[in-house]
Amino acid sequence: MSTTVHPPSGGGSGSQPDMELPPVAVDPEVLEAEHRRWTPAKIAMWVAIALLGGVAWAMIAIVRGETINAIWFVLAAVCSYLIAYRFYAKFIEAKLVQPDDTRATPAEYKANGRDYLATDRRVLYGHHFAAIAGAGPLVGPVLAAQMGYLPGTIWIVVGVILAGAVQDYLVLFFSMRRGGRSLGQMAREELGVVGGWAAIIATLTIMVIIVAILALVVVNALGESPWGVFSVGMTIPIALFMGLYLRYIRPGKVMEISVIGFALLMLAIVAGGWVAESSWGAELFTLERTTLAWLVIAYGFIAAILPVWLLLSPRDYLSTFMKVGVIVLLALAIVVVRPEISVPAVSEFAGRSDGPVFAGALFPFLFVTIACGALSGFHALIASGTTPKMVEKERQTRMIGYGGMLMESFVAIMALVAAISIDRGIYFAMNSSAAATGGTVEGAVAWVNSLGLTGVNVTPEMLQGTADAVGEETIVSRTGGAPTLAVGLSHIMQQWFGGPGLMSFWYHFAIMFEALFILTAVDAGTRVARFMLQDSLGNFVPKFADTNWRLGSWLTTAIMVAGWGSILILGVTDPLGGINTFFPLFGIANQLLAAIALSVCLAIAASRGSFKYLWIIVIPLVFDLVVTVVGSYQKIFSDNPAVGYWANHNAFKQALAAGETSHGTAKTVEAMEAVVRNTAVQGTLSIVFVVLSLIVAITAILRTIRCFRERTPEVHEDPYVPSKFFAPAGFVPTAAEKDLENQWAELPLEVRTPGAAHGHGHGH
Amino acid sequence: MNALNAVLASTGRRAGQARRWFSGVMGADKYQRYREFHAAHGQPGEAPMTEREFWRDWQDYQEKNPQGRCC
Repeated sequence: MSTTVHPPSGGGSGSQPDMELPPVAVDPEVLEAEHRRWTPAKIAMWVAIALLGGVAWAMIAIVRGETINAIWFVLAAVCSYLIAYRFYAKFIEAKLVQPDDTRATPAEYKANGRDYLATDRRVLYGHHFAAIAGAGPLVGPVLAAQMGYLPGTIWIVVGVILAGAVQDYLVLFFSMRRGGRSLGQMAREELGVVGGWAAIIATLTIMVIIVAILALVVVNALGESPWGVFSVGMTIPIALFMGLYLRYIRPGKVMEISVIGFALLMLAIVAGGWVAESSWGAELFTLERTTLAWLVIAYGFIAAILPVWLLLSPRDYLSTFMKVGVIVLLALAIVVVRPEISVPAVSEFAGRSDGPVFAGALFPFLFVTIACGALSGFHALIASGTTPKMVEKERQTRMIGYGGMLMESFVAIMALVAAISIDRGIYFAMNSSAAATGGTVEGAVAWVNSLGLTGVNVTPEMLQGTADAVGEETIVSRTGGAPTLAVGLSHIMQQWFGGPGLMSFWYHFAIMFEALFILTAVDAGTRVARFMLQDSLGNFVPKFADTNWRLGSWLTTAIMVAGWGSILILGVTDPLGGINTFFPLFGIANQLLAAIALSVCLAIAASRGSFKYLWIIVIPLVFDLVVTVVGSYQKIFSDNPAVGYWANHNAFKQALAAGETSHGTAKTVEAMEAVVRNTAVQGTLSIVFVVLSLIVAITAILRTIRCFRERTPEVHEDPYVPSKFFAPAGFVPTAAEKDLENQWAELPLEVRTPGAAHGHGHGH
Repeated sequence: MNALNAVLASTGRRAGQARRWFSGVMGADKYQRYREFHAAHGQPGEAPMTEREFWRDWQDYQEKNPQGRCC
């Protein structure tokens, strides 16, 4: 369905078909005048924000004291976000997006009271944020803290402003103009057969690796932790109970059951402490990582084939409930406690490529280690699909898409602050692989002190003391980021209330919410991927497209679970440590997905004829491509075994051929064989990802050039339908918006409820 | 006393707003919003779904249209 854009009736007031209704949009001229009117108060406010932000950045980046207060991170980030939102996002809106509030959104012209449902912008902001944010922004910044706080902080803030938020905003807007179509559908439409298929296959494989690494984070956090295993395990019966309650006892009482579920969850955390202390509990719930990995795999399969109402959707309620609560709690705690930070701005590892937490040089690996929070391709899958079907007005996409991502970035900043508020010695003891530390306190002490880091002198008492305080057997080599964040959070929270006695509660509270977010992402990810696979297979074997076909859905679920499950097992049993070799793959995959999303946006923007401002997309796209391609190149071709998968592969292969029985950190022949196998898988995946993404990027660029040459844009948007109601665009309505809002508020609810059948029957 | 009442009333109003916002974010108000939609745009003479029917329908919809959750 191709139409050329444009409204039959000029935008703004006075020209509505229903003369009895107030205008459906603020007159663009009035809007522009409001935007451009600089009152002294407004000028003073923005000057203050700019100055405060400038001072905060100077404190972080230039002033070198013994310590720095965490509040400066919050101020630097928030001031930068405000300026970006007010100026850059507004610029993108005016030049590239060009929303039109006289045009009905899918929530209005396709309204059905179910998924196409116009939702208050502030509510939708929370809803969208809950869908995009999870454990990702909590994990990446923790690992990146290896290089000091400055590189990570700069990338999180600058990255979100120029890349991440831009991607989310554009994908949301373009999908909304297309009735809420998914990224895959848009790719097929805009990029043709080759680009479209490459995008779909890339998305599928990338989802597999993302789910696998997230699961690996959970397994690492729960390994040898009876307390964690018990309390996280309890989320399953709690969710089942909630599901049954909502289905049969009191349907629709979502808030009520969520509060009950939350109370049970807190009880599960407290009870976890009792269980872990009892001898039977410790015995029953102290599980090896491999066992846990198999349990997560079994869980993933069962959760994906059970009816959604029974497990997935109640778990999602719990997860959303916790997400909003935790973010608010964390922000308040950082502002109230204002921890002092003694970590160097730029650490010894920033200039090297042999860091123990993740291998590789700052460029490009810092930029892939922090994906979520700065630029996350996965968001494109969320921003196309659910959210665009709920947007009331086109201009609201800036607040929801761009603004929502700014909030996720803020979460990443808070995670970074939590991670750097703990002692650096403890940080490295927790995040170095067991291959380095031997998994023992003595080994960890020897290893960390041998790193030669200034100001680091870790003692066995510190490590054991921290472990005892948080109620764990040990904290040595608890890689994956989640345990480190949990220690940081418990450290901050206990200063606010509870004191040291509550540290173990806060630690397990943090592990619990991270596990909850991740398991929800695992369930949902497996399900989404299964539907994508069924849909794709349906092109060849039509029977697969029938989602009611039980065997087909089980088979495709099994394929997806086998995919991420096998990578999870490889990660858990990896003699080199798992996280430090697999995490870069997660980041690269996520950033390549971003490259795909930005490529699709580029092609769409070109088809709309906005060539002059294409640089808004080109900047993040080129940077992202350079980072991911260089990262992939190094992972594939580097001859440094610590960085290159194939270099490592060959080194171990040769060692085996030479009859050696141990090589590097692999102490047995089996371990050496495992390294050979793992590096082959990692290397192959790297090649597949980068090739597919480049195909997508190249087709998008070709498409863009063609649009430029032909100058006859073909826009695949849904046809223009005039809107018949009004809603403001930002968090706070402007004077003109308030005036219109009041006019509309006087009308009966039936008249101002957005919907397809409204007014004089527009067909669609 | 009056001042106290005013403060309490405004706090109460804010708490009510926060609760409604949160319930919207959780998707707990879906049925209410469906009824509003139905009252405005439903086919004349067609009865709206009951609360139980509505949630069954929503769950069936979710079954076929999984929503991604990000990392």
